[in-house]
Amino acid sequence: MKKFKEWLRNWDEDRFMFAEDKEMLEEEEESGGDSWRPMTISGLERQEFRLFTRAFPVMAGILALVMILFLLSAVLQLPAFGSADTPPAKSGTIRRYVEQGMQETGAVNIVAGVILDYRAFDTLGESHVLFAAAAAVFILLLFARDPQESPESKAILRSDPILRNTAKVLIPIIILFGSYVVFNGHLGPGGGFSGGAIIGSGLILYDMAFGPDRLNKILTLKSYRIIVLCALLFYSGAKCYSFYCGANGLETIFSPGTPGRIFSAGLILPLNIAVGVVVACTMYGFFALFTREQI
Amino acid sequence: MWTILWNNRIQVAAVILFAVGFVTLLLHRNLIKKVIGLNIMDTAAYLFLTSIGYIQGRLSPVITEADTAAEHYVNPLPAGLVLTGIVVSVSVTAVMLALTIRIYRRYHTLNLDEIYRYVHDEMEGEK
Repeated sequence: MKKFKEWLRNWDEDRFMFAEDKEMLEEEEESGGDSWRPMTISGLERQEFRLFTRAFPVMAGILALVMILFLLSAVLQLPAFGSADTPPAKSGTIRRYVEQGMQETGAVNIVAGVILDYRAFDTLGESHVLFAAAAAVFILLLFARDPQESPESKAILRSDPILRNTAKVLIPIIILFGSYVVFNGHLGPGGGFSGGAIIGSGLILYDMAFGPDRLNKILTLKSYRIIVLCALLFYSGAKCYSFYCGANGLETIFSPGTPGRIFSAGLILPLNIAVGVVVACTMYGFFALFTREQI
Repeated sequence: MWTILWNNRIQVAAVILFAVGFVTLLLHRNLIKKVIGLNIMDTAAYLFLTSIGYIQGRLSPVITEADTAAEHYVNPLPAGLVLTGIVVSVSVTAVMLALTIRIYRRYHTLNLDEIYRYVHDEMEGEK
């Protein structure tokens, strides 16, 4: 408690300075001291300002407590944890998904069936959110590079023998496991997003251990663009086709197949692969952009 | 009341985690820590959603051939919602970190007060 009070008292210290200190500061500036200079404010605002900086952490804590109380009162109204009578579990949607999902989509994993068949439009939007975020990061970091900073100053993580040898053993396993998760998305827990993230982490590990040079031979900015664009276009096209045929009761070339086989579940496997490719490339792209600002 | 809260302790934990993230967002002046606070709030939302979907004693929604009764599986819908949420939060985090890098390059600090001061000075200079 005492420590807390002390912390509270020091909260606004060394952040703001008041008008009296300004002269001292100017002298310091003339003598060439270029340390950080706190904001100067006039004497009239001073009292309010000090009140605000003192009151802010307390008010933030009170606000959080009030929010906790409101949310806890909402928790009190909820059905008990793990009980079967939550409103969504009682609704007909879930019953339909679970009981007929396997016949209708061909996916054994109902979550994959829901996100890539019943609600595939939602997942398409989600992939586009990821793509838009990647585009925004590109605009912010790639096309507005700081010309003053030389590439040498962004020294690439120095790789040491332990990291390199561990990576040699681990990377094939990681990539293999990621591919398994992508290809197995309709048969068990997994799917494009989780598998793509695993493959992306494998690529990042490779990059850290062996440097970007070898990876850059196959994964340049141009190839990244082509791969992601193709995957998203394939996703959109395939889903347009299946929405059109499904909504009009036409026969589709993608049959659900035998549930439980690897080549089954119609579009879910190819869509999982498309999503996995987008996610893996985007994860690696984020890493490359944030560490050395080029891909 | 306390028994209900104890029975719903996962949701209570989610609420507290949400508040922890919120306070982190408010009290820290470092932009990276603010991003971390926002991520903690995201995590609290996922914890809440998954805890709503769980039903005691039921299997995960990976259907076996013999058993397609809806009474034997947990609710698959919250899992799909959490998946959507995770992807969106990753995207938002990436954009926020990229903006943070740009801010750092311009002002050479991550402290929000110092950034305010620089912006203030710049505006004074324009006048």
